[in-house]
Amino acid sequence: MPNKKVLPPNASALARITRHQIIIPLAALLLLAVFNLINDPSFFSISLKPNSNGDQILSGNIISIIDNGSELAILALGMTLVTAASGGQDISVGAAIAISGSVMLRVLCGADARAETLQAPIIVAFLVACLVSMAFGAFNGALVAFFKIQPMVATLILFTAGRNIASWINNSQLPIVKEESFSYFGNYIPGIPIPTPFIIAIVCFIIMFLVLKFTNLGLYVQSVGINEKTSRLNGLNPELIKLMTYVILGLCVAVAALIKVSRISTINYSVVAKDIEMDAILAVALGGNALSGGKFSMAASVIGAYVIQFLTTTLYALEVNAAALPAYKAVVVILLVVMSSPAVKEKLAVVGKKFRKNGAAAEKA
Amino acid sequence: MKAKKFLAIFTSTALCAAMLAACGSSDSSSKAADSTAENVSTAEGGAGGSGELIKVGIINNDPNESGYRTANDKDLKAAFSKENGFDAQFSYSLKNDEQIAAAQKYIQDEVDYLLLSAADTAGWDGVLKEAQTAGVKVILFDRTIDADESLYEASIVSDMAKEGQTAVDWLKGQGLDSYKVIHIQGVMGSAAQKGRSGALTDAAAADSSKWEIVAEQTAEWNAEKAQQIVQSVIDQGKDFNVIYAENDDMAKGAVAALDKANIEHGVGKKVIVMGFDCNKWALEELLNKNWNYDGQCNPFQSQYIKEVIDKLQKGEKLEKKTIIMDEKGFDASTITQEDVDKYGI
Repeated sequence: MPNKKVLPPNASALARITRHQIIIPLAALLLLAVFNLINDPSFFSISLKPNSNGDQILSGNIISIIDNGSELAILALGMTLVTAASGGQDISVGAAIAISGSVMLRVLCGADARAETLQAPIIVAFLVACLVSMAFGAFNGALVAFFKIQPMVATLILFTAGRNIASWINNSQLPIVKEESFSYFGNYIPGIPIPTPFIIAIVCFIIMFLVLKFTNLGLYVQSVGINEKTSRLNGLNPELIKLMTYVILGLCVAVAALIKVSRISTINYSVVAKDIEMDAILAVALGGNALSGGKFSMAASVIGAYVIQFLTTTLYALEVNAAALPAYKAVVVILLVVMSSPAVKEKLAVVGKKFRKNGAAAEKA
Repeated sequence: MKAKKFLAIFTSTALCAAMLAACGSSDSSSKAADSTAENVSTAEGGAGGSGELIKVGIINNDPNESGYRTANDKDLKAAFSKENGFDAQFSYSLKNDEQIAAAQKYIQDEVDYLLLSAADTAGWDGVLKEAQTAGVKVILFDRTIDADESLYEASIVSDMAKEGQTAVDWLKGQGLDSYKVIHIQGVMGSAAQKGRSGALTDAAAADSSKWEIVAEQTAEWNAEKAQQIVQSVIDQGKDFNVIYAENDDMAKGAVAALDKANIEHGVGKKVIVMGFDCNKWALEELLNKNWNYDGQCNPFQSQYIKEVIDKLQKGEKLEKKTIIMDEKGFDASTITQEDVDKYGI
């Protein structure tokens, strides 16, 4: 990832890792894993069993985590870019998923919500949803980039209106897709024991990795996020880059919507992907990325997303009382966020330095 | 710069246009309202004949909130039409202050009846007193409020606790040797959750030798969350034979998890699946014997409201202020296609 370059080349491998921001979500992941290992080692057991279609599939808590956390991880990709470039977050992604999913079902089912056969190929529905989703992304991006509206305020528009728009698209009906192959995206492809959402997520990670590696997108986004004026003086176009990050997030939204809608082959406008925007922002924050923009680590955000899902699954496994669930989640989140705050990090760095000095002194003596 | 500004304005206008287009197309959805309109015409009383239109102001929650609300809104719209002798105005909001503002506007417009489904239970005393002094008669539907009974004429509600009790009684009637229940709750604290949870919790507490709540967790009316919860129970290798989901969406999510784990469900199978709300697709699942039970939450309040208005118009007195609607529970072994068409929302 791009900010590796900031480290001095002669730093030891351990120092490089501990100083990299990825250490925060990794530590959280490790913490949760150790906790579960002590609490109940069978948490990690994975087995190969047939599902009701007779296909062999993997199942177990870990599979549930990588399965259910995938939408969030995909969203975290786009959210990281948006955060880095515009120094703000898009709070409309949940509503945008509702719109995108609604468009997909509208194209698939046509005017009849109970169509027995697909009215259009799935790929066409997905591409249309991508376009719509990117257009809404561009709408958000334009408000932020050209009209200089605070991202949270700009995206508040879609956050409030989005689910109603989604409902209008289908005349307030709830279409149900009867076609078997549509459910593959949110479940399993026959013959492949790994959950499809995870496969889709991996493909997205690889594409994002390649884009960041072989284009200057990452560098440009960071420089716009750090200092807009300077990057303009250096020949970059900050508006265009901000707009682009929102469009990319729009694309991520469409992919996440495909998975969400496919999971149950229908949609409920008011609850689909509810509160996912907050989880996506949390994933970015857990990844140690500054929410005020600038440098970012994509891998850290992705791990952050899976940490959130890990936490949810752990709490389910612990059978925490339903009413108390948000409180438990809040406590863990506070701990993680405080751990990754700059103030604590500085303190830790000072302690670490002292420790190392003492160690060196002891070696000399 | 100019070109970019143009681009920005262009994209925003294009999107606005898209939203408007989406609004426009929603008008064509009168098909689904037909069935409810039929329902209503049978209940039509003498109100239509008088020649003068009765002015009603209807304040409801956002019809996009849920399938229940959509059906409720369609039912009201069909019932309080010009043909039936009403001049109805509608306003929608999920926020109390906006609803109160709408109520004040209707009072100024001198409506005869104010029909209200309050977003929040508190804060209505002031505006209802205004209505009383202005001679506007208030009828509550779907939701009650914390106000003195003298401030409204009637309150037409669902009894969520009764819905839960009906469902649990049905479950008791299945005569299983042991009930190992996964209880998937709605948004905690909501009236539907409290009512539907109560009966089950009581039943389990009353006979703990037979009843065991294997897992009890809120999925916040959300199908995917319900799926995750059931998946988590399966992953831990726990045994269960009943899924009690407090709405249809969550039951659907739970069933998706069962299918993934190859656990049989439905009539005569290992796991009994129970849902609420009577969505059309859910009743179809019953018809196909994939689910076992679905409890109704009656959204068709208009005929009850019209009966009340008829009585008040004739100067008759109501027997009681709180009117509880009839609500059914459907069993997969007895449900018919007719039920699906009539009661599905």
